[in-house]
Amino acid sequence: MKVSVFVSPKQGVLDPAGQATLGSLRSLGFEEVSEVRIGKYITLRLEGVDAERAEARVQEMCERLLANPIIEDFRVEIER
Amino acid sequence: MKFGVVVFPGSNCEMDCHHVIDKVLGEDVDYVWHQETDVSRYDCLVLPGGFSYGDYLRCGAIARFSPVMEAVAGYAREGGLVIGICNGFQILLEAGLLPGAMLRNTCLHFICCFVHLRVENASTPWTNAAAEGQVLRIPIAHNEGNYTADADTLRELREQGRIILRYCDPEGAVSEEANPNGAADNIAGICNEGFNVFGLMPHPERASEELLGSTDGMVIWESIMAHHRGKG
Repeated sequence: MKVSVFVSPKQGVLDPAGQATLGSLRSLGFEEVSEVRIGKYITLRLEGVDAERAEARVQEMCERLLANPIIEDFRVEIER
Repeated sequence: MKFGVVVFPGSNCEMDCHHVIDKVLGEDVDYVWHQETDVSRYDCLVLPGGFSYGDYLRCGAIARFSPVMEAVAGYAREGGLVIGICNGFQILLEAGLLPGAMLRNTCLHFICCFVHLRVENASTPWTNAAAEGQVLRIPIAHNEGNYTADADTLRELREQGRIILRYCDPEGAVSEEANPNGAADNIAGICNEGFNVFGLMPHPERASEELLGSTDGMVIWESIMAHHRGKG
C-alpha cells in the first residue's frame, strides 16, 4: 500500500524558503503569486497492514517523527 | 569532574569539545557513543555540534531517537547537567528536553561568524562565572538557528529567567540588527525549568583559547566547573 505524507510549515510560522521563492517568482514576472509555502512530500510503502490500521500507524509516525507539531502541519493520503 | 561528550553519526564538533575539556580545562572526559544506554558515571553531558544523521528530515529529529537519548532524558530528569551546543541544542528541542523548535535562518544561508551575546541570567550552572549583562564574543555556525516557540512558551522563558543568552551588538544592546538568524526575542540560549539542561547555538568550544581569537567561551566551562564544585 502506498502512503503519501505532506508536511507543511504551519500558518504563521516564518517560511524563509517560501519567502525567497515568492520573491524570485515575482521578479520573473509572476506577479499573481501572493504566497509560497514550501514543505515536504514523503512517500511510504506499507506491507502487511489493512488501510484502517495503516492510517493510525502513519498518523503516529507523523506525530512522533515525520513532522514537528510545533512548526509543521501534516496530511496523510492512502492509496487503497 | 567527569564529562561525557555524546557522539552521534554525523557529529563533527565532538573532538573540539573533547580537546577543550581535556587539554584546556584538564578535566576527565570520555566520548559516549550514541548506542550507549548508561550515562550515570558522568557529572556533565555535552551534546556537540555537527550534522547528526545528516540533518535529514529536520535537524536533530533522528538523533532524538538514538538509544543514548533515553538515558540522557533520564539523566536530565534526575537533575544531571546536560549542555547541547548547536546541533546538540536542536536535538534537545526535538527530544522535548527544551521547549520550542528551530527554523531556517531568515537570511536563508549558512552563517559562520563571531557574534556578540549578552548574558541575561548569571545565576545558572552555565553562567555563574559571568556578570549579568556581560557581553561575550563567541562564534556561531549554523543553517537553522532561528529559534521559535509559541507566545506562552516565550513568556514563560522570559518570566522564569530561562533565556540565558541573547544576540546583541558589541555594546550589549539587543536589536534586530544584532540578530543573525531571526531567532524570536534574539534568543541564542535557553534552559529548562530546572536550569540543569542548557541549549545554545554559539560554540563556546571554539572560543576557549587565545589562538582561536576569543576565550569568552571559557565562561561557560568555568561556570560548569564552579557549579560542580558547589560554588555556582
